[in-house]
Parts: sequence; C-alpha cells; structure tokens
Amino acid sequence: MSYHNPPTTPRKSATFDEYAMSEIRRAAATGIYDIRGSGAKRKVPHFDDLLFLGASISRYPLEGYREKCDTSVVLGTRFAKKPIELKIPITVAGMSFGSLSGPAKEALGRGATLSGTSTTTGDGGMTEEERGHSKHLVYQYLPSRYGMNPRDLRRADAIEIVVGQGAKPGGGGMLLGQKISDRVAEMRTLPKGIDQRSACRHPDWTGPDDLEIKILEIREITDWQKPIYVKIGGARPYYDTALAVKAGADVVVLDGMQGGTAATQEVFIEHVGQPTLACIRPAVKALQDLGMHRKVQLIVSGGIRNGADVAKALALGADAVSVGTAALIALGDNDPRWEDEYQKLGTTAGAYDDWHEGKDPAGITTQDVELMKRVDPIAAGRRLANYLKVMTLEAQTIARACGKNHLHNLEPEDLCALSIEAAAMAGVPLAGTSWVPGKGPF
Amino acid sequence: MHSTNLATSPLHQVNYAPKVFDLSKNTLREFNQALHEVKDASTEPNWEVINPKGSHAVAVGAEHPISIDVQGSVGYYCGGMNQLSTITVHGSAGPGVGENMMSGTIIVKGDASQYAGATGRGGLLVIEGNASSRCGISMKGINILVRGNIGHMSAFMAQSGNLVVLGDAGDALGDSIYEARLFVRGSVKSLGADCIKKEMRPEHIAILQDLLDRAGITDVKPEEFSRYGSARTLYNFNIDNADAY
Repeated sequence: MSYHNPPTTPRKSATFDEYAMSEIRRAAATGIYDIRGSGAKRKVPHFDDLLFLGASISRYPLEGYREKCDTSVVLGTRFAKKPIELKIPITVAGMSFGSLSGPAKEALGRGATLSGTSTTTGDGGMTEEERGHSKHLVYQYLPSRYGMNPRDLRRADAIEIVVGQGAKPGGGGMLLGQKISDRVAEMRTLPKGIDQRSACRHPDWTGPDDLEIKILEIREITDWQKPIYVKIGGARPYYDTALAVKAGADVVVLDGMQGGTAATQEVFIEHVGQPTLACIRPAVKALQDLGMHRKVQLIVSGGIRNGADVAKALALGADAVSVGTAALIALGDNDPRWEDEYQKLGTTAGAYDDWHEGKDPAGITTQDVELMKRVDPIAAGRRLANYLKVMTLEAQTIARACGKNHLHNLEPEDLCALSIEAAAMAGVPLAGTSWVPGKGPF
Repeated sequence: MHSTNLATSPLHQVNYAPKVFDLSKNTLREFNQALHEVKDASTEPNWEVINPKGSHAVAVGAEHPISIDVQGSVGYYCGGMNQLSTITVHGSAGPGVGENMMSGTIIVKGDASQYAGATGRGGLLVIEGNASSRCGISMKGINILVRGNIGHMSAFMAQSGNLVVLGDAGDALGDSIYEARLFVRGSVKSLGADCIKKEMRPEHIAILQDLLDRAGITDVKPEEFSRYGSARTLYNFNIDNADAY
C-alpha cells in the first residue's frame, strides 16, 4: 500500500442495489416484466410501528383468564336478512381455486369452520370441497365472473363484490397457462393451458351509480338474504369507502398493499396502492362522517400476522380483519421443510413467490396432482385453526390489558406510535408526546 | 318484425290467465320474490309486468320454465342470471340485459343498451333492434342475435357461444376474444386485438341456420354472414406481441 495512492473501499450504489441490478439483468435477458405472487415486500409503516399503552391508574385492566373478553362479530347488519355471525373477528380472505389447489381450498374451509369464522372463494368459482367444508362461505363476484352462477350465489353465505385488491388496485387477475388444468379450464370456460387474464373492470358496470344498481340486482336475485360486501384496494380509502356505502354495501373490505395476489407484475405490487396502516383511518372517517361506523362493517386485510396486528386494526376502527398470506403460511407455504426443493427453484424458504408457475413444493399454489398431495386438508385445516385461535387469544390478551371486555372496545386512544410516519397514518400520538402529526401543533 | 318460434311452444298454447304485476302499484321486490317462489310452472306459466317505467333488475334470478311479458321499457339488468324462463321485453332494455343468463330466452323488441348478454353462459338473447357497445362482453356460452347493429368493443374477451349480428358491428369487434364465434352480416368497422375473419365452413352454416331458426328469423341466409374469431396469438404471453396488449 502506497501512502501517495491509498485505495478506497469498494462501494456499491444504494440506488442500484443488488436487487435493482439483478432485475435489470433479468429484464434485459427475458424481455418480460417480472411476475410473482404475494404482496408488497418493501418495508412500509405497519402495525409494528404502533404500541398499546395498557392500563394503569387511569384505566384498569381485566383479569386475564377470568374476565370475559368477547371476540364475536356480526357482519351484514345493514340490509341482509341473514347477517353472518362469527366467533372471531378474523376471516380468511378470497383466494381462488386455480391459484390454489383443491386440498388447500378445502383446508382453508376446514380451518375457518373449526374457528367459527368465514372463508372466501376467489377468481375461479366455488368448489364443492370448499362449500362442503365451510360453515360460512363468502362468494366473490369478480370482473371475470369465472364460475359465477345463481345456484352458487344462493348457497353462499355472503357475496363479496371485488372492485380491487391491495396488491394491485386498478389491476386485473392473471393465471398463467401452466396452472390451467382440465378442471380449472372447465370452471372458467376457457381452453386448457392458455394464459387467463381477468379484466380489471366489471363487464357490466362502471362507477358508483352503476354499482348501486348492480347491488340491487344481486339483492333481488338472492331475495335480500345475503350480506353484500364490497372489496376495495387501498387506493383512495376515504372516497372509495364512502362510495361503497352510498352504493348500498353491507360490509366494506379494505385491502392494503401488503395484501397478497396469486400473480401480478412486481412493479404493480410494489408501486401502486397504499400501506394497510395508511388506509384504515380514512376509511373509518368516511364511515363516521356518514353515520355508518359499526352499521356498515369494515374488514381490513393486508399484512395481518398476529394478534397484535388484529388488535391494532380493530383499535383503529375496523370490525374485523382478514388473512390470506398468513393463512397460506399456516397451511405450510414457504415452510423450511421444503428448502432443498426451493433451492432447486432458485429461491429459498420464506422468499418463494413464483406462485403462478404452479411448482409450489408445499403443494398449495399448484395444480400439479403429485405436489398437491402434500397438503393433507385435515391436518392443514387444523394448523390454520390453531393459528387463528392463537391470534384471537393474543388480541384478547392485549384488549384485557387495555381494560376492554370486547375487542371492538379497543380504540385509537389505546395506541401510540413509534415513528412520525406511523403516527400520521394511524392518527395516534407519537410515543412520549401528545403530537398527532397532521392534527395540530406539537 | 319477426316473432320467434317460442311463441308457438306448448307453454304458450295453454290459455292460462297471466299473473299481472303492475310496477306502479306492486314493488319490484314483490314481483321478483313471487318469481322465485313459483311452485308449479305448469299451472302458472304466464306472467305479465305492466308499467315497468324503466325499472332496474326486473325479472332477475328467474329459474322456472315460465313466460314473462314486460309491457314497456326496462332499466339495468333485466333478466339477469335467467334460467329456463322466457322473458319478452315489449320495449327497450337498459344496460346489461340478460347478464350472466344461464338458459332460457330473452327477447327485446326494441333496442338494448350496453353490455347486453354480458358473461352469459347459455340460453338465447334476441334483440330485435340495435345493441349498444360491449354487446356480448366476456360471453361464456350464450347465443346472442341482434337484428340491427352493435356498438364498439362488442364480444370483448368473449370466451364461448355465438354472437349473430344481422346489421353492422362497431369498432374493435372481438378484442382479446377466446373461443366465441362471431357472425356479422353487414360491415365491421374494425377488429380488435387477436380477432380475425375466418372461413365459413359447413358446420358454421349449420350452427348459424339453427340459431336463425330458433330466433324465428327467416328473411336472411347464413351464407350472407362472415365469421370472426380468435387468431389465438395472445393465448400465451409473448413479448413480441406486447404492442397488442
């Protein structure tokens, strides 16, 4: 080493980081944008940036194992003759047969039923195993209308009109040819093996005034018995929630950008839509401004992982939450037991997201008959039920510590934030201060 | 104006007095609920709606082999998800007439607005006037016959079934079409992505003749039509086709 010519440490660009450069190389080699499953992977302000205050002198707690903390929720009380009564405020989100294997869909139904909650169909229609094993089944009404028919509409327990989803607000669905098996093709009225593109808009309505008439039609077909949900992606949550309520929704399902998808462009997942945390308060504000909070129920999804997330979402004003990605992990998705096979696919357990390719070693996001045998619907359903129960217990633990005898009694005043961003999004004070950014001077 | 051969079906030969719903007095809910509660279609086969006055969701979710005559024009989604019933609109229909119908027949004596027969899975939709844009969008097995013209973007992402147009078709016919068959007698302003003109083979002449017969249309011949369908070049993603998306 020469004193007059000292070397500098090699420095990699923060802008052109390893991932950015690998994506440039991949795009240059293939000419195709990256398609993957799951939700946003970038770090965004989330429930981890919030803390509960707990009880002390000003508020007293409830005894952990002796004093009741109710977890029930009724969905669809506005217009439906038969609202859905759930034991826990955690539902299983819509995921399609086609994207998921038949055994995986059955497991979701079994797990949800064991837990006293609902599961949801997806962009592919209702399967017999799903209907048969789900006490409460929500039937999605999507732009593609794959598998849509009046018989299934009437044997559903609720209907969810999907306007958007958090992973891709403004985007349609995608199921590539390798997953279009004979059964999937038949349910979707499409030739086997072709790429199946679901439209981003509904074929027979546009805008909130049309939606109101569409909801009227579905209510008339189902004799006003079923709750009708409207699912929106986290785009403009205040206005979209208000318009869904105006259109006549019983329930609004709000999905933030961490919410998963079966397959979408990476650029869409990571760059369109808002984080779940940023969406809840505007949606609740819309309900409050219309005098409909707790009358039209709000279900929040996108990145819910544990009972603390559940409690925080409810404290911010949601009536329930929904889990998709977490439910798949409970079934066995991305389990390290399949690490050797993940490695062969060029990835690792925990990072596998090429769900559209149908090669899932865990047998969940596949139509391969051999791979799907790896999902035992009974055992996987039990794991999901265990997981849902743990989340419920965790949420109860927090609620009791805050002195609440129902999860719905949690409130924003029970929370503080660890970052200015989270404080602004959640509308709660920065920890150690009384400052709510955007709500007046510090 | 041509009547359909359904008018001579056994259902119509029995002289049952129609059950009449006056939508200026009865509610839409009362009418649709009564439709869903039909116990024996053979003893109450004829239904009539008067004063529809553009009501939405008239006769939706019908599921019995009955005949419903709507005396006037209707709003959105008339006959939505119809099964088995024969619905005749003696007027014009708003958007989404016969949307997602499964079977049965819907006849619109006047014109139809956007999305006629959207996502329909079966049955026969006859529009004796013109149909607006997006006629047959995402159709999944339905047969649609339009005596007049159809608007732009018709048969968008049409999956299966037959769309028969005696008049002209607007812009971007059959954009991103899958396996549906399109038969147009007049001109086509433009074809959408992946939609091409195809040969009319004997089997297509036979399909078309059958559809014309079922709709009671006798003044045109199948040979006067051109067939359009999918070039199937967009069925699997290819970056060199990106300009078509």
